[in-house]
Amino acid sequence: MAIRRQTLVLATLLTPVTLFLGVFFLLPLLIIALFSFLTPGLYGGVEWAFYHWNYGRIFGWADDIIEVYEPIYLQILARSLGFAALTVLLCLLLCYPVAFWVSRLPNRWRMLFLFLITLPFFSSLIVRLYAWLLILKPSGILNTVLIGVGAISEPLEILYTPAAVVLGMVYVMVPFMFLPLYSAVDNLDRALIEASMDLGATRLQTFLKVVLPQTLPGILGGAVIVFIPSVGNFIVPDVLGGAKGLMIGNLVEQQFLSARNWPFGSALSMIVMAVVLAVLLGSTAAAKRKGGQNA
Amino acid sequence: MALLEIRKARREFVTPEGGRFAALDGIDLDIGAHEFVTLLGPSGCGKTTLLRSISGFETLDGGAILLDGADLSTLPPFRRPVNTVFQSYALFSHMSVARNVGYALEVRGEDRASRERAVAEALEKVGLTGMGTRKPSQLSGGQRQRVALARAIIGKPRLLLLDEPLSALDRNLRQQMQIELKTLQNTLGIAFIFVTHDQEEALTMSDRIVVMRAGLIEQIGTPRQIYRHPKNRFVAEFIGETNLFALTIDRIESGQALARTVEGLELLLPAGTAKAGDKAVAVLRPADFTLADQGIAATVTKAVYLGADLHLFVQPAVGGPEIRVTARDSALAPKEGTKVHLAYDPAASHVLEAA
Repeated sequence: MAIRRQTLVLATLLTPVTLFLGVFFLLPLLIIALFSFLTPGLYGGVEWAFYHWNYGRIFGWADDIIEVYEPIYLQILARSLGFAALTVLLCLLLCYPVAFWVSRLPNRWRMLFLFLITLPFFSSLIVRLYAWLLILKPSGILNTVLIGVGAISEPLEILYTPAAVVLGMVYVMVPFMFLPLYSAVDNLDRALIEASMDLGATRLQTFLKVVLPQTLPGILGGAVIVFIPSVGNFIVPDVLGGAKGLMIGNLVEQQFLSARNWPFGSALSMIVMAVVLAVLLGSTAAAKRKGGQNA
Repeated sequence: MALLEIRKARREFVTPEGGRFAALDGIDLDIGAHEFVTLLGPSGCGKTTLLRSISGFETLDGGAILLDGADLSTLPPFRRPVNTVFQSYALFSHMSVARNVGYALEVRGEDRASRERAVAEALEKVGLTGMGTRKPSQLSGGQRQRVALARAIIGKPRLLLLDEPLSALDRNLRQQMQIELKTLQNTLGIAFIFVTHDQEEALTMSDRIVVMRAGLIEQIGTPRQIYRHPKNRFVAEFIGETNLFALTIDRIESGQALARTVEGLELLLPAGTAKAGDKAVAVLRPADFTLADQGIAATVTKAVYLGADLHLFVQPAVGGPEIRVTARDSALAPKEGTKVHLAYDPAASHVLEAA
């Protein structure tokens, strides 16, 4: 009786989220999966006929008559993955020491800092990216200051380069890396560090053998949360990146909005999703195997 | 020469209000190479700070700690031939029991074969043979305690520091571990410094007890000295149940002093150097009293059943504070309201050096 009742309560509580995810997440996903195998309509939209050249254009079995194979799509995908990986790495390198520093602050300063970290969420992303545009442009603050102090004589060409895109993405993603990392570092039992040093481990050994593995869940969590939106990000490259900063997200956006080729955009989306999923599963498996070796 | 010499150790902390607070206010202590020494005191007395100064996690503001005559102060914790059993055990949850235990050898760069031999040996010493492949999370509290112990002794330290290691265990296990720790210390032949606020633990295991209060040492002595001959009121009250009597010496007669409380309760004490008219504070433990046909006339106000024993609160007929008495439980044991007489051996009473 008690168990039946528990099940009923649980089912009632889970119904809203199940419905929500089903309608607004799973259904659109299935539609995209379906569209990616349909024929693009002449003036946008789709024709309900099977069409494998959406993927052919990307992977190379296009017939060069109806559709043309272009390696640029895979190159852009590879570039996006590279940018995202670089973003993850830079966010990690920035946040890891700061997380340690913040976790050792007195309570009220720590609260203030955590508030400051979330402060960017209070204003629009677009506005903040345009602020970077003003900072980075040839006559912007950065170049004016650098020329003013005599560090450079010619303005740096940062804007509309891949560097600007990565910089923008790191800026956007830092809070997402910081929070899971901070939580892991804050939960790290200080006694473990002392125990390690007490047993003769140097600071470096302690870091590698105790601190890093103990905070690994936070690192992985942050990396995943930063990596996924970074791969598909199109706003940052849109504002700060030039032609060389184009990412797979921009390509998808163009297909849906400008080119009005929904099936091709869907095919690109599916590939992005597949690659992200593969990377995630691969890294989780690797982390698990690493954990196994430690045992 | 002592293994460890602590000389005028001082350590100050800044309080949240901005004041200064001496956790160690000039500690002098020698510890022998094979000694089991307990630092005993209430929380905040400085015992843990002293332990952490020896392990290197606290830096002294003054004084020195010498191991084999060499100053430790310049050595970081990982270079000190001293290991610690932490209160929370501080086991590495991402490592197996075997890797935890072998950690000290791993960071030293010893090869796998000799490490495995040493781990098996250490696990055997603490009674955990065959548990090496488990994770710490799969162990009970008592087993974790043993892993922490094995991990701390595998590197063959000269000195093992134990920071309230038994406080998380239940009573039965704690008593068992007390005996095992003492046995282990004998087998290893190294010095143990054990920190606790539990006087029973201190009395059971120690060769010597160091009673601390407010950054100072109140008394150093064997468990018996500390229990039977406390120097002052603080030590007497901190170690075990105590009856304290504030007395004025009436007269000295054949090596014994007759003394009286303000209420008129009369007690016989060993005379020592006391003279008539002196003030004195005498200590009598609850077990020093026996129920007799004559002696101090009193009434039982409360009887607490403790199994084999009864704990009695007894009000002397002349007035004054209640006396605590431990009596064997039996069918004839007094109940609340019973009139009794208390007798005691004057030789068992002890007069404090300082009140």
